[in-house]
Amino acid sequence: MTLRKFAGLGALLSLVMPSLAMAADEVAAPVLNSGDTAWMLTATALVLFMTIPGLALFYGGMVRSKNILSVMMQCFAITGLISVLWVIYGYSIAFDTTGMEQGVVNFNSFFGGMGKAFLAGVTPASVTGPAALFPEAVFITFQMTFAIITPALIVGAFAERMKFSAMLIFMGVWFTLVYAPIAHMVWAGNGGLMWDWGVLDFAGGTVVHINAGIAGLVACLVLGKRKGFPTTPMAPHNLGYTLMGAAMLWVGWFGFNAGSAAAANGTAGMAMLVTQIATAAAALGWMLAEWLTHGKPSALGIASGVVAGLVAITPAAGTVGPMGALVIGLSAGVVCFFCATTLKRKMGYDDSLDAFGVHGIGGILGAILTGVFAAPSLGGFGTVTDIAAQVWIQCKGVGFTVIYTAIVTYIILKVLDAVMGLRVTEEEEAVGLDLAQHNERGYNL
Amino acid sequence: MKLVTAIIKPFKLDDVREALSEIGVQGITVTEVKGFGRQKGHTELYRGAEYVVDFLPKVKIDVAIDDKDLDRVIEAITKAANTGKIGDGKIFVVNLEQAIRIRTGETDTDAI
Repeated sequence: MTLRKFAGLGALLSLVMPSLAMAADEVAAPVLNSGDTAWMLTATALVLFMTIPGLALFYGGMVRSKNILSVMMQCFAITGLISVLWVIYGYSIAFDTTGMEQGVVNFNSFFGGMGKAFLAGVTPASVTGPAALFPEAVFITFQMTFAIITPALIVGAFAERMKFSAMLIFMGVWFTLVYAPIAHMVWAGNGGLMWDWGVLDFAGGTVVHINAGIAGLVACLVLGKRKGFPTTPMAPHNLGYTLMGAAMLWVGWFGFNAGSAAAANGTAGMAMLVTQIATAAAALGWMLAEWLTHGKPSALGIASGVVAGLVAITPAAGTVGPMGALVIGLSAGVVCFFCATTLKRKMGYDDSLDAFGVHGIGGILGAILTGVFAAPSLGGFGTVTDIAAQVWIQCKGVGFTVIYTAIVTYIILKVLDAVMGLRVTEEEEAVGLDLAQHNERGYNL
Repeated sequence: MKLVTAIIKPFKLDDVREALSEIGVQGITVTEVKGFGRQKGHTELYRGAEYVVDFLPKVKIDVAIDDKDLDRVIEAITKAANTGKIGDGKIFVVNLEQAIRIRTGETDTDAI
């Protein structure tokens, strides 16, 4: 119906303005849908809003007051850097389909070609979208915001001790060798390694959260603990910021998950609903788990539960039903609570802001449970009939991503450490990164 | 003259100020301070990370008074600041050598 309306408009235009109508005729075949376009424009802005200011505030509040600017600055700098790299070659590595063939594993199953480098051939008339047609420019920007938030999530693992220069180079290289290829393998379509395996990852549980969580774990292990961890008090300096940031992430996530339907349709609507359900359940799950084990429900706890739920429902958003979302959310709240508190203590690694405990663990849990609850027999809307088989496929996807990301991240960090050093000096760490790395302080009260 | 310094629980400040006003004390100086006594500190818990906070917030009150008022002042503060629980604070009394009101130049008991 919409298509017909557009065709009618074209005919009308051809009567009034012949020259314009000719241009319209050239793109007559793929006519974009304004409703889908409007939603994808909105969703894109929502996802950017998750990183700045959402994640910047969420993380910024959790560090000590001497490091708030360093964390926020890292989020902003990553946003700038990744946007530029995305249009130069990132989009092409992730989404160029040259040489890809269903069922065939070749170089292009891992790494996209350079056909879209410098966004070659992208014009206002370029359209894309599996379910509906909207401008490729919007798709590029939408996916760019995912590419931005993924490295920004890693910041939480090495907060309060990494050199800004080393951080920036690490993020550029990591984006190139880890993010873009993993996105390609999962999302580029037929011929992509994990796409062909049948891995279900609706909005980026594997590509974004497992990826960032594992990279964070490796980064905090390679960099080592903050000076004084875990005996010196390192209490969050402004949990109000953290709660505001968590709230922005929650709202922005509707763009992330419902936007991943790449259309304004029923799938997007259901993705929005299950996102809310899982997040609410995880917030309660974390809060109750903490209440029972530590005696009091905490604000940082409920904010962390919110993020754990958002992470866990991400891969599942397009395929699970409301009751599946309830189970996924509740289990994410409880499991991530355990990992960010008890497991971290036991293992002794210093994942400053729990990038691994929340995003890594929540991502893995969500990816596996997607295989379970996508089944129509359990209220899902996927095509999964054999739950065990799908869970195995999901595990394969998780396993591959964990191993690939861990190895490549480790190599990048070790090389950078040898070349330029990753950590600030002990003195700079004590002074705080705001003064030591940026010559300013967050608070002049 | 005496200088009475009382360290009390912050939420008891209003009660102590009222009690002192009732017995005719003209002015007090209040400072927010931190410290510990037998109460020790307390613990805070962030995502399972337990931090012991050694110094607790308290309020310090300084009152300069005439010798004859000392017992009543001590009694007023003790009554008003008492909760019966650990951490109620302390009162210290020292001799005060001189007092001068800056505006008028009045000295000693005239100045307090």
